[in-house]
Amino acid sequence: MSEQSSGPLLRTPLHALHVELGAKMVPFAGYDMPVQYPTGVLREHLHTRDKAGLFDVSHMGQAFFEGPDAIAALETLIPGDVAALADGQMRYTMLTDDKGCILDDLMVTRMSADRLFLVVNAGCKEDDYAHIQKKIGGRAKLTRREDRSLLALQGPAAATVLARIVPAVAQMNFMTALETTFDGVDAIITRSGYTGEDGYEISVPNESAVQVARRLLSQPDVLPIGLGARDSLRLEAGLCLYGHDIDTTTTPIEATLAWTISKRRRAEGGFPGAAIVQTQLADGPARKRVGIKPDGRAPAREGADVVDEHGAKIGTITSGGFGPSVEGPVAMGYVATAFAKIGTRVGLVVRGNTLPATVTAMPFAPHRYFKA
Amino acid sequence: MADLRFTKDHEWVRLEGDVATVGITAFAQDQLGDVVFVELPAVGKKVEQGKDAAVVESVKAASEVYAPLDGEVTEVNDALTGDPALVNADPMGAAWFFKMKVANKAQLDGLLDQAAYDAYVKGLA
Repeated sequence: MSEQSSGPLLRTPLHALHVELGAKMVPFAGYDMPVQYPTGVLREHLHTRDKAGLFDVSHMGQAFFEGPDAIAALETLIPGDVAALADGQMRYTMLTDDKGCILDDLMVTRMSADRLFLVVNAGCKEDDYAHIQKKIGGRAKLTRREDRSLLALQGPAAATVLARIVPAVAQMNFMTALETTFDGVDAIITRSGYTGEDGYEISVPNESAVQVARRLLSQPDVLPIGLGARDSLRLEAGLCLYGHDIDTTTTPIEATLAWTISKRRRAEGGFPGAAIVQTQLADGPARKRVGIKPDGRAPAREGADVVDEHGAKIGTITSGGFGPSVEGPVAMGYVATAFAKIGTRVGLVVRGNTLPATVTAMPFAPHRYFKA
Repeated sequence: MADLRFTKDHEWVRLEGDVATVGITAFAQDQLGDVVFVELPAVGKKVEQGKDAAVVESVKAASEVYAPLDGEVTEVNDALTGDPALVNADPMGAAWFFKMKVANKAQLDGLLDQAAYDAYVKGLA
């Protein structure tokens, strides 16, 4: 996913509200987006882990894929098991290419047997839709929903806050969806997110987005949160950022996303690059995505070399920064499989100095998803 | 305060005798956001005008702090290592980065005074 794009920046329906709230706006995936509000990245991050944060993620692509053959067709492009989902369940998966590498990661929700709801990355959505249309557009109907906005409410207070307005959300399980209304506005609410916390993503018509956002922001415990904290929250949660931690040079197995591929899909294959993915599942990949924690205070950023005790390069950092909840630097990256074991001592090359670090289990901040 | 000068890279420098104190401006800390890490030069390090002297990192990004003048680092502010957030709280005061013995005071004339820096920052907004 590219952070830059030529041409004028697009705006989400909440753009004017972000400006009114004092956000610092930056270009992201072709959109003019809030990177932080006057609260600041550090406090926005901590507030989300402590109470609840509201994120505008309307830049992401929302689409329906509908028809009796929709599930079988979509499974030809993704290794995720959609057939195993019950109505209202959702799954994290990825579009793969013929090399088994990742074109995008996405959420697939089975609204019903013949109706799937897709949420894809902003920077990939044009390519994703073209790919889906070209490969399986004849088997089911792809409908982009540019007419809908997407808000994420994340944090331990999210359920209490949202249940005041939509009581039914309190009983939702993690990774399920509900078609409902929010103050009379039609809404698709999923219990999911990108922070490691309990929370929801709320899809509403564009014309109602400001009303819904204001209603949530008027609740106690809710602050608006920008892309800066979204990035540090997902990094602490060990979640991949497309274009950085996963891309068209990485497979789901190298990315340690094998958990997203069910036993049936591993055995049957039937998605692009399946043979390569199956070989890597059987033999192990040559490199793996791991968490890495620097010993000291200095963050290692994306692109930093990972080296062994002799200074030989063994990998690269793909995301790195300061984790406000960890209260120290955290990173993830790819290392040769021999160095991927938890506890392995490595070096990170930052500004010419090799800083000591340890391969560490992720998440760095424990996931606190809701389980009924 | 007559000797307070600024660079276009948003360092401030205050000359007292041969010794200049260097920090980053209020504008710079506001642009960076919450500072979480500061790397200071070694005492005795020779620095060159416009070249890397220190590093300041916010949650999101790392930025270089450049030496505003040629000279040699004589003292660093260790308080910043333990409490990087001081850069946000008091950038022009307690959060000075380092002191340096200035090699060529004439270089100071090439830097911006307060009025010129204020005008420069206003132009960036």
